[in-house]
Amino acid sequence: MAVIKIEHLSKSFGRNQVLKDVNFQVEKGEVVCLIGSSGSGKSTLLRCINLLETPSGGQIIYKGEDILDEKHNIQEYRTHLGMVFQQFNLFNNHNVISNCTVGQIKVLKRSKKEAEETALKYLKIVGMDQYVNAKPRQLSGGQKQRVAIARALSMNPDVMLFDEPTSALDPEMVGEVLKVMRQLANEGNTMLIVTHEMEFAKEVADRVVFMDKGVIVEEGPPAQVLVNPQHERTKEFLKRTLK
Amino acid sequence: MSLEWILSIIENNWQMFLRGAYYTLLISSISTIIGAFIGFFIGIMHTIPVRKKGVKFYSLKLINFMLTCYVEFFRGTPMIVQAMVVYYGLDIAFGIDMHFITAGILVVSLNTGAYMAEIVRGGIVSIDNGQYEAASAIGMNHFQIMLHVVLPQVARNVLPATGNQLIMNIKDTAVLNVIGVTELFFQTKSISGNNFRYFESFFVACVLYFIMTFTASRILLYVEKRLDGPDAYQKEQKEAV
Repeated sequence: MAVIKIEHLSKSFGRNQVLKDVNFQVEKGEVVCLIGSSGSGKSTLLRCINLLETPSGGQIIYKGEDILDEKHNIQEYRTHLGMVFQQFNLFNNHNVISNCTVGQIKVLKRSKKEAEETALKYLKIVGMDQYVNAKPRQLSGGQKQRVAIARALSMNPDVMLFDEPTSALDPEMVGEVLKVMRQLANEGNTMLIVTHEMEFAKEVADRVVFMDKGVIVEEGPPAQVLVNPQHERTKEFLKRTLK
Repeated sequence: MSLEWILSIIENNWQMFLRGAYYTLLISSISTIIGAFIGFFIGIMHTIPVRKKGVKFYSLKLINFMLTCYVEFFRGTPMIVQAMVVYYGLDIAFGIDMHFITAGILVVSLNTGAYMAEIVRGGIVSIDNGQYEAASAIGMNHFQIMLHVVLPQVARNVLPATGNQLIMNIKDTAVLNVIGVTELFFQTKSISGNNFRYFESFFVACVLYFIMTFTASRILLYVEKRLDGPDAYQKEQKEAV
């Protein structure tokens, strides 16, 4: 059963239409990679899914309910989605552990003790449990991103959304973040990843979605889309990125 | 010869000087704190996002319009005039008979609040939108985001500007002598009126003002450093929590 189903989604910024009639869905336990050149609408699609951008039209169906419905509680819906940003966006006034607990305590109303245990569990998974008291500004980019992943996981979301999680990192740190993501994928988490790391996509994705100019051009298993693309635009894009 | 005068003025009037300095510090520090709260309130009101046009939207607009009027009025008129208007004007117009110290605190607070409003609004806008988005993404509402993520950082960032306000207030409370507040300038005027040594008396006041402002700025720098903590971080060796 699909966790998230998107139907006829469109998004315009003024007169600029960035998403045109996008239809797609994410199954439970599936790892989907969104690829495509800059400005193709991948990030906007991801941001529309957790309503950081308000879609101009269409439906987003989560567990059978249309969350664009006026009555739907957006805050409650968002707790089921974990978001990891390109720029990490850690809370600068909180230390590592409190970055991971503040949402649990204030939004999920967990006790401080429970929240800290959960946070520590995920900080251990991302290998940041030794830095619980560090402030974000004391960490490197890769470390920040791993904390950001732990923060999202601490909310026990149904789907993890990654918006180009390694694009702001230098090559050495990309590895450490991808390692964590690979592990999460192997553990059966549902993940939707916007990425430029083709090798990574090939390796972990169950399905690759190629977007261009606001529409989904091609989708399928990585062996098909990345190795034997059917579409002219996909071929062209891959020629440019894979060298 | 001047030095002798200065020493004898201090010897004969130290209690008056101290009482003046006490009121100066009292009014300026209380007013800075109240003003900061006013500033935060207005800054927060000005940055509440309301998308849909409705009752909420228009009432917020009305409140913000009135707050802007207040800010513009208090920034745009001299404090010495405001002091006269508040102290004498309210008494004559509405029969509100305030103690001059209450009136002094009121005027300086409202003045500080008007300046702090823009400082705080700038501080809120300067927190990068990414943190706001990240907090939204874990399901926090606007109020929670402001309280737990944005405002603590704003408070840290506006601290230097608040310190500036405190220093300005320490100096500017001098204008409250027009409504009879017995702060340092008023006391010095009385002292020099008795001994006719204007230079020496006001020189003492000058030194006292400087001691107060300099101490205030050092204390604030120290507080800033303490809040920031050390730059480097040592790994936890043992299991934490």
